[in-house]
Amino acid sequence: MDTVVLLLVTGLGLGALYFLVASGLSLIYGLMGVLNFAHGSFLTISAFLGWEVGRRVSDGTWLGLGLSALVGVAVGAIVAAATEFLIIRRLYERHIEQALVTVGLSLASVALFEGIWGTDPIYTERPDWLTETTTVLGARIPNDRFLLIACAVLVLGGIVLFLHRTRYGLIIRAGVENRHMVTALGIDVRRAFTLVFAIGGAAAGLGGVLASVYYGYVSAHLGSVLLIFAFIVTVIGGLGSLTGAAIASVLVAVLQQFANFYLAGTGDFVVVVALAAVLLVRPRGLLGRTT
Amino acid sequence: MSESSPAQPILTVRGLTGRIAGQLVVEDVSFDVAATGVTALLGRNGVGKTSTIRSILGLIDRTGEMSLAGTRIDRLPTHRIVQLGVGYVPEDREVFGGLTVAENLRLAERDRSPRRDEVRRLFPDLHDRRDQRAGTLSGGQQQMVSLGRALVNENRLLLVDEPTKGLAPKIVDEVAVALAEAAKTVPILLVEQNLAVIRALAHRAVVLSGGRVVYDGEASDLLDDEAMLRRHLGVHDAGEAA
Repeated sequence: MDTVVLLLVTGLGLGALYFLVASGLSLIYGLMGVLNFAHGSFLTISAFLGWEVGRRVSDGTWLGLGLSALVGVAVGAIVAAATEFLIIRRLYERHIEQALVTVGLSLASVALFEGIWGTDPIYTERPDWLTETTTVLGARIPNDRFLLIACAVLVLGGIVLFLHRTRYGLIIRAGVENRHMVTALGIDVRRAFTLVFAIGGAAAGLGGVLASVYYGYVSAHLGSVLLIFAFIVTVIGGLGSLTGAAIASVLVAVLQQFANFYLAGTGDFVVVVALAAVLLVRPRGLLGRTT
Repeated sequence: MSESSPAQPILTVRGLTGRIAGQLVVEDVSFDVAATGVTALLGRNGVGKTSTIRSILGLIDRTGEMSLAGTRIDRLPTHRIVQLGVGYVPEDREVFGGLTVAENLRLAERDRSPRRDEVRRLFPDLHDRRDQRAGTLSGGQQQMVSLGRALVNENRLLLVDEPTKGLAPKIVDEVAVALAEAAKTVPILLVEQNLAVIRALAHRAVVLSGGRVVYDGEASDLLDDEAMLRRHLGVHDAGEAA
């Protein structure tokens, strides 16, 4: 029983990380049809800069971590918005060019990060509580899982509120359905594009800082590793569906944890099999739109 | 064949050519939309009526000169053209199915004082269904949402594309009444297959054939001329165009 609880909560924590990356990917694809391979770079730069600021101010404390998170969110939002404004905006409706540019950006940024911070992981200090465990139903759960889950729930709630309570949220929801009709109502949908990139970048930025807490280090490849699973989550959940991304994040991460434990470390393989199964049985994903 | 408009036209279109994925769908079309009343844009199926409307709005690649009340709009993006006071009711409604009726209407509001009461008066059913998702409405109700989105603003021109397509006769009448009401205050360019509706609403008619304008004149002259109807629209009387 305690093993099941541990795997479940650890899966939820990992799922929280996947969701923070996948939420932005899903919104961006849903609104703009852009498969953003550079999304992992937003996460990595945010993790590095968040760590740099946090350790300089107060390393290994809640203050330091809080500052890291704020910096991560801000950096993610700014870098993502700048990417949209300077590069992606010129390539709308040109999907191959978008993919090539964002893949190129991703590869170049990893090389840049390695040039600045080196190729080895840099281990980070965390507040003591996050290195301890809490016993739940007999399972000793690492406390950082609770932080990850709480942050993801807050982000999900925040995005849902934004989408349903603001005019820009309304524009984005409508744009995900039919962006040409949104422009035909006299709305400059490009502003919504930039905003969605910024929101997705902010979530990824927070995900970067939290990933450094979860893994205990920052590295130039942090974003690339998480991006693969975030893409899988986005496809399984249904491209463009935030709720689908949330559900799929949890399903994929929990499945991965259980398979790793009970099926001799085959978690990644099982996730890819699950992706293939979803694509064969339900190509639009769990909550994706029919086209 | 061509006659001059009774007053300065609200929209002038000169040499409009539109392409979808590189394929020519509108070829060198020129016509005016009168400053008052309803101008019908007619033609057989697939002749490019919808593409002409979408070209005017910049929803598809186009070249040519277009002016709205003297202001050039051919280099403007779609949202800027609409902001100049162009209301658009697309073919097949294109309501946002996941949004409620109220959200569809609120999204369309451009003016500081949107004409919510006017929309409510024209389509009282929409008010009763304001919290219902638009995707769950009947075709007629969706058309009312689509019309409501255009009529909630003060417009200088309405572009209305096949508003009665696929609707029950009773709903067709309601739509025609709403358009007649709207036409008292705003000029309308109307694409429509139902010639009875055209006869009831339109003062002028522009007919496209092979992507080009083959008739531009009084609607009644066209509708009363069976030979012309048969030649340009493929109909024998005031029924539905081919």
